[in-house]
Amino acid sequence: MTLILLAAIFALAPPGQVRAYDTPSDGGEAIIIEWQLSQDDAALTGYEIYRSEDGVDFQKVGFLGRGRTSYEDETEDDKTYFYKVAAVSDTARTLSEPTPQVMSSPQWLNREKINIFIAMFLFGGLILYFIYHARKGKELFIRKIAGLQAVDDAVGRATEMGKPILYSLGLGFVEDIATIASLNILSEVAKKCAKYDTQLICPNNRPIVYTVAREIVKEAYTEVGRPDAFDPDSVYFLTDSQFAYAAGVSGIMVREKPATNFFIGYFYAESLILAETGASTGAIQIAGTDALAQLPFFITACDYTLIGEELYAASAYISREPLLLGAIKGEDWGKLIIGTVLIVASILGLLTKFPILGLFR
Amino acid sequence: MKKKFPLFLVFAFGILGIIPFIVPHPIVQNIDESIRNDILKILVAFALVLGLGSLLKVHMDKIKRKRESWQYSWILIISFLVSSIIGLFGGVEGAGPLRTFIGSFHFDIQTLYENIFMPLGATMFALLAFYMASASYRAFRARSFEATLLLITAFIIMIGIIPLGEKISPHLPSFAQWIMTVPNVAGQRGILLGVALGIIATSLKIILGIERNWLGGGE
Repeated sequence: MTLILLAAIFALAPPGQVRAYDTPSDGGEAIIIEWQLSQDDAALTGYEIYRSEDGVDFQKVGFLGRGRTSYEDETEDDKTYFYKVAAVSDTARTLSEPTPQVMSSPQWLNREKINIFIAMFLFGGLILYFIYHARKGKELFIRKIAGLQAVDDAVGRATEMGKPILYSLGLGFVEDIATIASLNILSEVAKKCAKYDTQLICPNNRPIVYTVAREIVKEAYTEVGRPDAFDPDSVYFLTDSQFAYAAGVSGIMVREKPATNFFIGYFYAESLILAETGASTGAIQIAGTDALAQLPFFITACDYTLIGEELYAASAYISREPLLLGAIKGEDWGKLIIGTVLIVASILGLLTKFPILGLFR
Repeated sequence: MKKKFPLFLVFAFGILGIIPFIVPHPIVQNIDESIRNDILKILVAFALVLGLGSLLKVHMDKIKRKRESWQYSWILIISFLVSSIIGLFGGVEGAGPLRTFIGSFHFDIQTLYENIFMPLGATMFALLAFYMASASYRAFRARSFEATLLLITAFIIMIGIIPLGEKISPHLPSFAQWIMTVPNVAGQRGILLGVALGIIATSLKIILGIERNWLGGGE
């Protein structure tokens, strides 16, 4: 009788409304178990999660501290499982009722990303719309970008001084958009170099980037009718090590004294070493990157810096290709729409305390 | 054909790159992983051979033409050959057929990497401190309104994050923190928004074959 009374006094309230379901929008092999906190949550050490394949023999698969209400269990797909959750203290343990059987399976659609996907489609549609208009010959206004306007002057200066131009694509891989944008700019710079017979030096950090850059420069020389002027050794692989690359490019700048340095692509800590060495040689320096941490260094040490999106707009800006300009126009409209939505949502969020800002998480 | 085929490949692989973003199914994810890890590795291996060939060619040419500081090219070529032989025949940690030790002196690739390559990299990295000082001096010269603003902001942040700041005013550390978390983050987010849109636009241009500069030579 005393034992029964003691058990009644120390018995813990079990976690309420335990439910288990297949993790949504995942690649399978996971089940989420959720429950409501036990009424004795403050006195608990935590919750134990038990799993069974037959609904009879339950094994412990996890433990969470008090105050927690969900657990994700690793499972095998297409196999049925039952779950129980126990409220546990130092002296007692109370199990919940078992959940109905549940099964995990892979999904074909990530519903959580649909909003991003739709926004991407809308934005893509906007860009294609402006490209279509540009194709029909509509004049498009693009604001002046000082760094890109200086490209002509920079090449001209090198030509007049009889000195080379150094072009660094940074440390990005070929699949990085910054590297792709830089390759596009390299093409335009190489065309100008070919036209004015200015030497181009392009040391590379990544082997694949090197092979692509070499072909691009070769094509640029061919396009302006100077294939004979292309020096295959002007574009070369230096090293794939970060600081060895910084040392190598710095050495080239000190020895060859280029009239103009281009640092365009994705850079890491070596950005300042390169830009400061270039500045000490008296070269005009044009930098461009979307690496936020390196932008201050480039802005400080270079004459012109392409900040973020300006880097992507560069090849269109230099080439004045109507189709490419159309894409920039689409980008600007996209920014305008996003900016407007953000401002309106912020005002609504502030005025109504409506959790509208949660939409942008 | 020489241009149409690469354009088709870019379109196909571009779309294949977008699909795994929204389809979590293992079939799609495994294909994506295989493209990213396996196929790309093979490409890198081929490109590395081309890259190393180019590096050697440039330095051989430098020696041949006795260009400025051509002697250093010998150091590169000798280091390249020595490390290649040790790496290929000695194994990473000296487990290969080539003996990579003389008594207690080890010269396997791992030892060379840890005792030569890493210190050299660290030395270059350490130079950043001096470059930072010279760049800061240039940036903080109060020649214009922007430079003055930068100087004042940097001064507040520098003082605000050291114990002296709190002694000057108890509000200074929180003000420095506010500068870092509000105006600084606002500016960064603005740039990031532009970057994100730019990435989508550039990707679209490439996938749809509007931007073709990357294609390189030959019709």
